[in-house]
Amino acid sequence: MPNTIPNKERIKLPRQHMPERDALTRARNFEEVNLGFDPALANVEALRCLACAKPSCTRGCPVQVDVKQFVARIIEGDYLGAAAVIRRDNALPAITGRVCPQEEQCEGDCLIVKSKKDSVAIGHLERFVADYERATGKVGIPEIAPPTGKRVAIVGSGPAGLSAAGDLVQKGHAVRVFEALHELGGVLVYGIPEFRLPKEIVRQEVDVLRKMGVEFETNVVVGKTVTLDELLGEEGYDAIFVATGAGLPQFLGVPGEHLNGVYSANEFLTRINLMRAYRFPEYDQPVYDCRDKDVVVIGGGNTAMDAVRTALRLGARRAMLVYRRGEEEMPARREEIKHAKEEGVELCMLTNPIEMIGDQRGWLTGIRCVKMELGEPGADGRRRPVAVPGSEHVIEASLAVVAVGTSANPLIQSTAPDLKTNRKNYIEADPETMRTSKKGVFAGGDIVTGSATVILAMGAGRKAARAIDQYLRE
Amino acid sequence: MFPIIATAQLGPGVKQFEITAPRIARKQLAGQFVILRLDENGERIPLTIKGSDPSRGTITLVVQAVGKTTAQMSGLEAGDAILDVVGPLGKPSEVERYGTVIVIGGGVGTAIALPTATALRDAGNRVFSILGARTKDLLILENEVRAVSDQLFVMTDDGSYGHQGLVTDKLRQLIQLPIDFVLAIGPVPMMRAVADVTRERKIKTVVSLNSIMVDGTGMCGGCRVHADGDTKFACIDGPEFDAHTVDFQVLAQRNAMYRAQEQEAFAKWKEQHA
Ligand SMILES: Cc1cc2nc3c(=O)[nH]c(=O)nc-3n(C[C@H](O)[C@H](O)[C@H](O)COP(=O)(O)OP(=O)(O)OC[C@H]3O[C@@H](n4cnc5c(N)ncnc54)[C@H](O)[C@@H]3O)c2cc1C
Ligand SMILES: Cc1cc2nc3c(=O)[nH]c(=O)nc-3n(C[C@H](O)[C@H](O)[C@H](O)COP(=O)(O)OP(=O)(O)OC[C@H]3O[C@@H](n4cnc5c(N)ncnc54)[C@H](O)[C@@H]3O)c2cc1C
Ligand code: SF4
Ligand code: SF4
Ligand code: FES
Repeated sequence: MPNTIPNKERIKLPRQHMPERDALTRARNFEEVNLGFDPALANVEALRCLACAKPSCTRGCPVQVDVKQFVARIIEGDYLGAAAVIRRDNALPAITGRVCPQEEQCEGDCLIVKSKKDSVAIGHLERFVADYERATGKVGIPEIAPPTGKRVAIVGSGPAGLSAAGDLVQKGHAVRVFEALHELGGVLVYGIPEFRLPKEIVRQEVDVLRKMGVEFETNVVVGKTVTLDELLGEEGYDAIFVATGAGLPQFLGVPGEHLNGVYSANEFLTRINLMRAYRFPEYDQPVYDCRDKDVVVIGGGNTAMDAVRTALRLGARRAMLVYRRGEEEMPARREEIKHAKEEGVELCMLTNPIEMIGDQRGWLTGIRCVKMELGEPGADGRRRPVAVPGSEHVIEASLAVVAVGTSANPLIQSTAPDLKTNRKNYIEADPETMRTSKKGVFAGGDIVTGSATVILAMGAGRKAARAIDQYLRE
Repeated sequence: MFPIIATAQLGPGVKQFEITAPRIARKQLAGQFVILRLDENGERIPLTIKGSDPSRGTITLVVQAVGKTTAQMSGLEAGDAILDVVGPLGKPSEVERYGTVIVIGGGVGTAIALPTATALRDAGNRVFSILGARTKDLLILENEVRAVSDQLFVMTDDGSYGHQGLVTDKLRQLIQLPIDFVLAIGPVPMMRAVADVTRERKIKTVVSLNSIMVDGTGMCGGCRVHADGDTKFACIDGPEFDAHTVDFQVLAQRNAMYRAQEQEAFAKWKEQHA
């Protein structure tokens, strides 16, 4: 049924609220926070879309999902059709529907925002149709072109690698993905926690790729176990896509960071997500026992939010977020900040750690901080935080998680000297052709751009797939 | 899955495994290690590759049962398999023609030192080896080390074999001779003591650091150590470091981080396997 509500009325419909688990209950377990729309909610929300002649939502989406079309299918009750529309541009809708920063992308550009109203909940709708598709078990396996006889190796199984794999296998190439860890999915499995993105969803997406014919080999560190030259030489690959991500953790460089109880966010989250340490001793890998302890997480991005909310779920007495700018300046998604506050996370804004303090046995007992105020804008246009004189104070904590960013994963570059990198060791690749300085080697995702988003990494993977396909046909 | 094709008990609590891992066997160099996970619930632990046979596609590991995972692994036999094995990780040992070198192995450190000792000998060095153990029964790989050494000295704490004393007692004697390089691998207190002895004489000394690891690829930073006046990741910058720049205090402290959980897991495991 087409949308018969006149536009002036549509714009008066309130944005439908995502059902959530109760904040205080969910803060103590790893169950998914957002529960998803049911068909009734999805239908009302879809009716809010103005079906614009020039849909700006699509322009705001890094992979140009045809939002107007898929929303129209929802109104018709054709959820599988809606999913098929999304899948034309986005191979992992159940994942992006959950983790895209929609407020800055599709939803940020939705025309309704121009009338000072809440945008259409595009992310929630995307998630709804993707979940519907998964639940009915009717995930459409796209048609696979006849074999071309060409072989492509993909290094890294994060969103960039997975989406390139899906596209290349459809074009008839033989595709094998090499992953250093024992599980597939990159940050989707080792970084983003279960309560935001259930690992089962990633596993299902990987299974779809397997059904399409993609081969996976875990426990292979390219650069160590096998080099790019060996893949192109004796192993007979015609092209390689490098999508190794930006996983190298940065520390603050303050005194005392070696103390027991100080983690990088990567280590803390990997122990919990990849190694399931929150179920110790059923699973063997331990993690610091947070129960009834005070935990400080340093940083203001999605990673910091994930770490601090994870600490709460491990039973922390207080879970505090220390960030050197203000709440407005936090790069984390608004939804995550809201959820964290509801769950009881304390925000210590305009605060900067200068030293980790420990006891005689080498365990953390507190973090010496200074208060900050925002001064003149720096080179990046953001107002620079400067320390307030005489504002030193100590926040007591026995666990600190440093989440202040990551840099390029280094292992491929260090064994392929002919692969050009920039000053920060990211791989140089042409933004259009994704080609690197090494013949037959393409690169994309966080290893080229630095830490970005799931959907940008996927977009890079798709672009690389097109470029590689063209290269193989040359 | 990585099948185990042969095992051998080298001493009480020390077992050797030959495992099919063709990719790793092709690439392994002295000083490198693997990270393995025994089963779905297992943790990831690092183990040094003692040697490999590229033609058979196998690697050899030597494991000392000190806790839950290593004890569980020690119960495996030929015909069993290990779920995940990744490697070869870490930088290979820097092997040069130094002249006269001393290789020191303490406990299971002997197995870790053996491939580098062999490489040092093959590079034309004169190799003195010192092996240390609490008592005679705990000494491992004596004949293999002897085979690559110009001279081998054994030290036992209780004097039940070789000479009574610590490896550093023998080291102090040997450095009366001109020594160009020392490699020491064993418990942290032993490595620290060796570093103290050779520091005075400015003899280049290398140790292999056994910090706690998770991924082994530089992604988690859990293995960080203080060396060369800076924070380094043992899994990608090491595991071998210049002994005179290592902060052993920090290493020992960080290695004790999970003691309570380790004891809990081991006790539970022993109960179930009594
Ligand atoms: C905690 C956290 C939360 C985040 N939250 C969000 C969010 O809510 N929304 C959002 O859009 N983005 C989020 N991001 C960012 C997003 O996850 C990344 O931008 C995205 O995953 C990058 O994808 P990628 O494929 O380039 O690399 P990755 O996902 O990093 O995958 C790279 C893969 O390559 C493997 N690898 C590395 N080196 C080698 C090698 N030498 N050989 C073989 N394999 C190798 C790695 O093990 C890894 O599996 C978050 C990131 C983190 C860390
Ligand atoms: C580079 C490297 C090479 C090694 N090579 C060998 C070897 O060839 N043979 C051998 O027997 N042992 C080796 N070890 C030590 C071995 O990894 C530990 O004995 C093992 O992890 C202990 O696990 P567990 O569960 O049995 O004991 P646990 O009770 O968990 O731990 C006992 C002690 O081992 C250390 N340890 C625990 N977990 C880890 C971990 N994930 N990573 C590193 N250390 C840990 C800690 O210091 C701990 O106190 C090596 C370690 C490193 C870092
Ligand atoms: S992929 Fe992300 S940005 Fe694009 S429409 Fe979906 S939720 Fe919006
Ligand atoms: S911009 Fe907003 S209202 Fe317009 S088509 Fe897109 S989602 Fe609908
Ligand atoms: S083990 Fe994770 S960085 Fe070294």
